[in-house]
Amino acid sequence: MADLVSHPAEVKVVSKRFGKGAANIDRYLELDGYKAVQKALGMDPDAIINEVKTSALRGRGGAGFATGMKWSFVPKQSAKPKYVLCNGDESEPGTCKDRLILEHDPHSVIEGVMIAGLAIGARIGYIYIRGEYRYLSVIMEKAIADAYARGFLGKNIFGSGRDFDVYWHGGAGAYEVGEESALMESLEGKRGIPRIKPPFPAVVGLFGGPTVINNVETLASVPPIILQGGEWFASLGTPKNGGTRLYCLNGHINNPGVYELPVGFNLLRMINEVGGGIWKGRKLKAVTPGGSSCPILKAEECDIAMDFDTLMKAGSMLGSGGVVILDDQTCMVKYALRTIKFYQHESCGWCIPCREGTDWLKKSLTRFHAGAGLKKDIDNIQYLAENMLGRTFCALGDAAAMPTISIVKKFRNEFEDHLEGRPCPYDPEAVTQQLPVLAGAH
Amino acid sequence: MADAPKLVNLTVDGKAITAPAGTLLIDACKNAGIEIPSFCYYPGLSVQGACRMCLVKIEKMPKLQTSCTTVVGEGMVVTTENDEIHQARKSMLELVLANHPLDCPVCDAGGQCELQDMTFTYGAAESKFVDIKNHRDEQQWSPVVYFDRPRCILCYRCVRVCGEGMDVWALGIQQRGVSSVIAPNMEDHLECEECGMCIDICPVGALTSGAYRYKTRPWEMNHVATVCTHCGDGCVTTLGVRRSDTGMEIMRGDNRDKSGINGDFLCIKGRYAFDFSKEPERITVPLIRRNSKLEPATWEAAFELIASKLKEVRDRDGGQAIGVIGSNRTTNEENYLLQKFARLVLATNNIDHHRTADYPGFVSALAGTQNMTASMRDVASAPAILLIGNDPTEQHPLLAWQIRNNVRLNKARLYTVNSNQIKLRRQSTVFHLISAGSEGAFAQFLVGNDSAASSVGDPQALNSLRDKLRGEQGLVIAFGSEIRGEHIKPLVQFAQSVGAKLICLGDYANSRGAADMGLYPDLLPGYYPVSQLTGSKDEDWMGKAPKQPGLTLQEMFSAAAGGRLRALYVVGSNPVARYNLDPFALKNTFTVVQDMFLTETATLADVVLPAANAYEKGGTFTNTCGDLQRLQKAGDVTTVKSDFEIIVRIANAMGYDVHGLVPFAPGLRADMGQTRGAESGEADRHKVWLTRQGIEPKLSPFDPLALLDEIQRLVPGYEVSRLNLMAGNDQHTQVPDIGSGELPSHPELIVPSEDTLFTSGTLGRYSKTLNSVMENDRAVPEDAGIPAD
Repeated sequence: MADLVSHPAEVKVVSKRFGKGAANIDRYLELDGYKAVQKALGMDPDAIINEVKTSALRGRGGAGFATGMKWSFVPKQSAKPKYVLCNGDESEPGTCKDRLILEHDPHSVIEGVMIAGLAIGARIGYIYIRGEYRYLSVIMEKAIADAYARGFLGKNIFGSGRDFDVYWHGGAGAYEVGEESALMESLEGKRGIPRIKPPFPAVVGLFGGPTVINNVETLASVPPIILQGGEWFASLGTPKNGGTRLYCLNGHINNPGVYELPVGFNLLRMINEVGGGIWKGRKLKAVTPGGSSCPILKAEECDIAMDFDTLMKAGSMLGSGGVVILDDQTCMVKYALRTIKFYQHESCGWCIPCREGTDWLKKSLTRFHAGAGLKKDIDNIQYLAENMLGRTFCALGDAAAMPTISIVKKFRNEFEDHLEGRPCPYDPEAVTQQLPVLAGAH
Repeated sequence: MADAPKLVNLTVDGKAITAPAGTLLIDACKNAGIEIPSFCYYPGLSVQGACRMCLVKIEKMPKLQTSCTTVVGEGMVVTTENDEIHQARKSMLELVLANHPLDCPVCDAGGQCELQDMTFTYGAAESKFVDIKNHRDEQQWSPVVYFDRPRCILCYRCVRVCGEGMDVWALGIQQRGVSSVIAPNMEDHLECEECGMCIDICPVGALTSGAYRYKTRPWEMNHVATVCTHCGDGCVTTLGVRRSDTGMEIMRGDNRDKSGINGDFLCIKGRYAFDFSKEPERITVPLIRRNSKLEPATWEAAFELIASKLKEVRDRDGGQAIGVIGSNRTTNEENYLLQKFARLVLATNNIDHHRTADYPGFVSALAGTQNMTASMRDVASAPAILLIGNDPTEQHPLLAWQIRNNVRLNKARLYTVNSNQIKLRRQSTVFHLISAGSEGAFAQFLVGNDSAASSVGDPQALNSLRDKLRGEQGLVIAFGSEIRGEHIKPLVQFAQSVGAKLICLGDYANSRGAADMGLYPDLLPGYYPVSQLTGSKDEDWMGKAPKQPGLTLQEMFSAAAGGRLRALYVVGSNPVARYNLDPFALKNTFTVVQDMFLTETATLADVVLPAANAYEKGGTFTNTCGDLQRLQKAGDVTTVKSDFEIIVRIANAMGYDVHGLVPFAPGLRADMGQTRGAESGEADRHKVWLTRQGIEPKLSPFDPLALLDEIQRLVPGYEVSRLNLMAGNDQHTQVPDIGSGELPSHPELIVPSEDTLFTSGTLGRYSKTLNSVMENDRAVPEDAGIPAD
């Protein structure tokens, strides 16, 4: 069980049942559980979609696509079965919000899946849970079984005459499978490799059927929207950025944890008030605002509203809500290396730029940080990343390239400080490598 | 026929082009003469979008798009080359090359490598990286397939061609990211059809051939496109040929230039099994039996001995005391020459060959019809195919490839009726398992003989199958030797009723040609019955042929055992092993065998002559569908002679005027006895024909084309375009319309070869490659005997 944190600035919508034992179906029912889906059963599918559109709910997985819009793309008539797919392959470094939802409020996810199903005319939902979250699949399995036992799932749900089935499926440990089409491949039992788009999942998705795929947090936001109305949800955030978000504050702050704050909450307030300020009395150096794949913000750029559009304008992204806070004792070369190590490890290997690019970035940065860097490496690292950007098969290549480019551009001085055999200024002990062939070559 | 797809207009690099709706942008550009580079895109295989080389700029799209995954759209404006695109491709190449071993100086692909060519084009010459490359050791996956991981650029072509193209699925991907690696199906090795398509399709030198690797550089070879000498499908194989101390050495076979009916397809035999030509066991000098032992002799001595013996027997006992057995692997010209030699010089109709299909029965059944045979190309485009009998995957690999691709790419419907669970059932819309031997009854059932169904199988399923077949337009029916004799006729009747075309499957490279050229005791070239020799044929040389049908192959051996056959001339055939004949039958028969090896038959001979194989001579082959193709000589091998030259020389040594056999030399005098004015004799008619065709007379009696001239003039169905033929194109021949009547077909004499993918009659026994793969041992029926032909 992860420790829960809280702060008075929080607006609890998705996290309102955290810590209240709502994984238990009776407790969930006491806390207004399964009311939204019953309401939705009485609604016209278009009415459900319109409510979600009104809510200005945008996808919480990273890309921030308007949820109602996504649902409306699913054709009304389909020869093949339609599916709702819940993407619980939460793997973005710095992000740990879906895990809390799945742990504390699994029924809200099931309920969200069901409402999405009613909206698009699907009768089957899948909840795909990241392989490393094995303990959560135990919770989900029980939640699904309980829902079936109560007649909430299966044939004739809530006596409505309609059927709906929900299954959970475990991943095998691949970040790439967080990409929607790779997730479908994985769910179909194949290698987790993304598909060529178009066609998009709304038309040809899981098992070739029209599919809506949403993040856990997105779907968990749906029941409150149905119960309390889209307008209410939209009013919690900023225009076009409805509702609240689970921000995962982590890194060098005093009170790390997952906080639910309105979309558009100021980042500096988030760090200093909600997160309790930078630890050890140090100063802020940089922030990765939405998971490790987002371009980095320097300290002076952090007085900013945390919503999709504002961050986009600032050259970064709200992403998955993983806010990584770095203090002034952080070596940015090391941070770039740590980030790229992850993407090199997680690249599926399908396309050349991602497969080779992440590997060479890792090799170059490893050597660079170890004190065997060459001046031309700095340009090469930027060149490599820039030539990956926008040219890979899926967004994983971009996810690796964007932070790298921003770090080299914004912290070039730190790279230069590593040159000419100088040890890492922040970690002199880290110098372990002096490639003989390169000694003296600058 | 389906309606032609709508045309879409788009602009590429400022040029207005059109393409059918649904075309991929990369193909539309290629058709318009704008080449877009790619590694992973391969026409006919599923789309990958993995190599990112084909990125182009499409207006209104923010990012560069892969042209291999983009379908053309109306009004699309595309840029295929600008600074951004050039840089994208260059950086892709830099990334590929970063881990590439750059061992081009020793790599098999060096000089014909798509990575080299693209690096040359985009100039990714600077090495930006100083870190150590990833390495994995090379692996041998089978005797013919080696994998060098560091050279691999992971384009997945091999995986796709093996799975989608071959339906073998022996290759896959293991690990992920930069550790991704192509892997064989059996942990450390391959168990597959060993076709080598994966090697051929590899754009770099990651997959290399065990038969070829590290032996030569591509530019040291001549590349000669000729026809494979193994099964009856007629694949073009482009031989890489190098000079050697024995004249020439064939280094490899492939069809990268897609120059034939097979596109880029070749099976293990077409790709590797040319190696018999350099087997140490090959006979390189004539052998004459002296004191019961075969001893080396000169060609002159051999010819003199053969000529004197044959003349002696002919003049003493008559032509009926001499037998001639022809080959399934010699050219049309050689087969034609052989029977002409038998009939004119030896004065005998005792000529036959190993029959693997009932072609005379086929021709009989087609009497009175026109254009009812299908070509190998038709199989790749027909909307539906009915396959009765045979197992094309084993015996007709190209036919199987055409069928698979037609089903996969064009959604053709395959109906299979077979007594075994053959592999093509996986592509079949309907697969009907029947009891062995009921193929003929099935044919009877097709034309409405419902009572025949009882011996074939479930009547309900059969009825439903027949209904479906009746509804098919443009059906192609291919049938194996299971259907022969009286059973062909109903099949033809059914084909007529639905407008279908037919293929009669025979087993060897020129089995069809041997039949068409008259290697029969009772049929002249063009299936003209010996017994009906009258009228116009009398004016050709055929009029001089003996009028009595001769002995079949089996009858010749009986006659020899009975002392009635005093001489036997065997060309490229091994009947003793094939038919398990009594070797002592030939005890008192003067026997001449020309072959490459001391086969079971050759070891019994009095004279053995070393013959050139199909790769060492020119001429033509007719494949099992009737597609005529040109053989090009890869090169001369010292000390052996072509069957063509050997026959001419024997005739010459017998004192026969070879002009009467081979219409060569210009200015040939008009026929003797000409009394009815110009152009009345055969030589005159030939001259007129040549003039009309714009063809110069050939200057050498050893030029097979001189006989092709005569074949085209005299054999009905062979009047195809000479220009196309000489350009290397396949030309479909028609079977002659014999009008009415039945041809003698002797279905009981047909012995299918029972070859597998890994055997090829006698010849296959001398291919080290065929014998080296472990799959060679599998699935050969125990009662199949020794492979021989």
